[in-house]
Amino acid sequence: MGRGATRGAAALNNVKSAMVDSRAPGANAGLAVRLRGVTKIYDSGVAALGPLDLDVVSGEFVALLGPSGCGKSTALRLIAGLAAPSAGTVEVSHHGAQRRGSHSIGFVFQEPTLMPWATVRDNVRLPLKLARATGGDAETRIDAALDQVGLADFARAYPRELSGGMKMRVSLARALVTDPDILLMDEPFAALDEITRFRLNNDLLALWRDLHKTVIFVTHSVFESVYLSQRVIVMTARPGRIGAEFRITSPEPRGEAFRTSAEYAGFCREVSNALAPSYAGQAGA
Amino acid sequence: MKSPHDLVRLIAPVVVLAAGLVLWEAIVRAYDIQPYVLPSPLLVLKTLVNDWGVLSQSLGITLLTTLEGFFAAAIGGIALALLFNQSKWLEYSLFPYAVILQVTPIIAIAPLLLIYLEQQTAVIVCAWIVAFFPVLSNTTLGLNSVDRNLAGLFQLYGASKLQTLLFLKLPAALPYILGGLRIAGGLSLIGAVVAEIAAGSAGAGSGLAFRIAESGYRLNIPRMFAALLLLSLAGIVIYGLLALVSHLLLRRWHESALGKES
Repeated sequence: MGRGATRGAAALNNVKSAMVDSRAPGANAGLAVRLRGVTKIYDSGVAALGPLDLDVVSGEFVALLGPSGCGKSTALRLIAGLAAPSAGTVEVSHHGAQRRGSHSIGFVFQEPTLMPWATVRDNVRLPLKLARATGGDAETRIDAALDQVGLADFARAYPRELSGGMKMRVSLARALVTDPDILLMDEPFAALDEITRFRLNNDLLALWRDLHKTVIFVTHSVFESVYLSQRVIVMTARPGRIGAEFRITSPEPRGEAFRTSAEYAGFCREVSNALAPSYAGQAGA
Repeated sequence: MKSPHDLVRLIAPVVVLAAGLVLWEAIVRAYDIQPYVLPSPLLVLKTLVNDWGVLSQSLGITLLTTLEGFFAAAIGGIALALLFNQSKWLEYSLFPYAVILQVTPIIAIAPLLLIYLEQQTAVIVCAWIVAFFPVLSNTTLGLNSVDRNLAGLFQLYGASKLQTLLFLKLPAALPYILGGLRIAGGLSLIGAVVAEIAAGSAGAGSGLAFRIAESGYRLNIPRMFAALLLLSLAGIVIYGLLALVSHLLLRRWHESALGKES
């Protein structure tokens, strides 16, 4: 356990643990992310999140599913350290020896968030450049990351020359170049057309299997959450809390056949049912 | 690329210019207007050639002043915007005065500057005062319009303040800065001219504006027109050069520099 063990006020008030993955307390080994009693209240007084308890095991693919404004993106930003919780603790594990330019967290935003003035290669280089990692090793890693997302031939293109799906791939490569343990993805494929989204879903699953990353994937699509993840966490409307949790036990590797299977449809129905109150509550509020 | 439409766009203003000049020449001849009232275009051209020695020297002086004022404005404007970006306190303390300096007509400030400063310095300061504000406000706007998520990404990867400035804020602000510089180029010429006019006959300088004032006193109207023509051309060239620089720097990535079809 490392950075930010005491980030925010460590007041653990009223920890609701009913929905939490029942793991022996203190058994932190193998945990990538651990949230305890985390809340986020904006300056405007709006309670956006929590209290939230969440354990994510190293190597797990978790989907955070919920209606817009349920604080799932906020949860991701808290884990990334881009914002501080109003209360509670956020712990993120570090693994292995840190080489220069390594970073424990990779973040993929809803928009590609690329620097328009830089080539694909320079965009992917950014995290290494900021860590002052240069030279042959850095170049090799950039090549590898571009290769992983299938953009080796587009290294010298500028973002405006790429399609939406390709821009998202660049964003993914930039997150992978630091070889992070944890990949945080904030509705990364929401703006893409369906065919492109399916393709990227499959590529992401392949990467996850090959690279053994922990992935926390925020989405508002039931289908996407079931297709991708091992565990779907359904969040309630603002302030976001864990409403239900599902283990998607379908075997890996999943492919297009899984998308049309009865098993998949069954999970989707269950998750949809669990999600419905979140929307009803939102409308009635 | 070269459609009939483009050709019309190119030719139309040239036709208007030619027609205007012919009309002008015709009126001067038809009504036998004296050169000290209104010189004909041909006479202006002749004067330009005959007086080239004097005029070119003046042109050089005005251009040099403009250039000095422009660089002072560019450096001052960008530096001030960077300072404001680093410290809100500094911005709150100084920005109102930058606005006051901008909204007070330069023609009213110039005589005062000429009292307290050496003439050459005063002229450059004039050019600076009118030209620095667009650079300052545009750069400020650019530095503040950085993508929020990109800023978050820099934060995530532990970028230092300097790295954020060099690799994120300045590139993001570049299109805005260049827009400010394009305005500043023309304005610094105006500033230089205003100061020269204000210095007037008392001045020891001999820039183009000084030539215009001097020729006016001597009723050398053709030379006034010739000097005016040169000033106008100088302004066009300055604008064109800055637009070219802007295009070359932005053409690979910024919307403003991309063709309509891409």
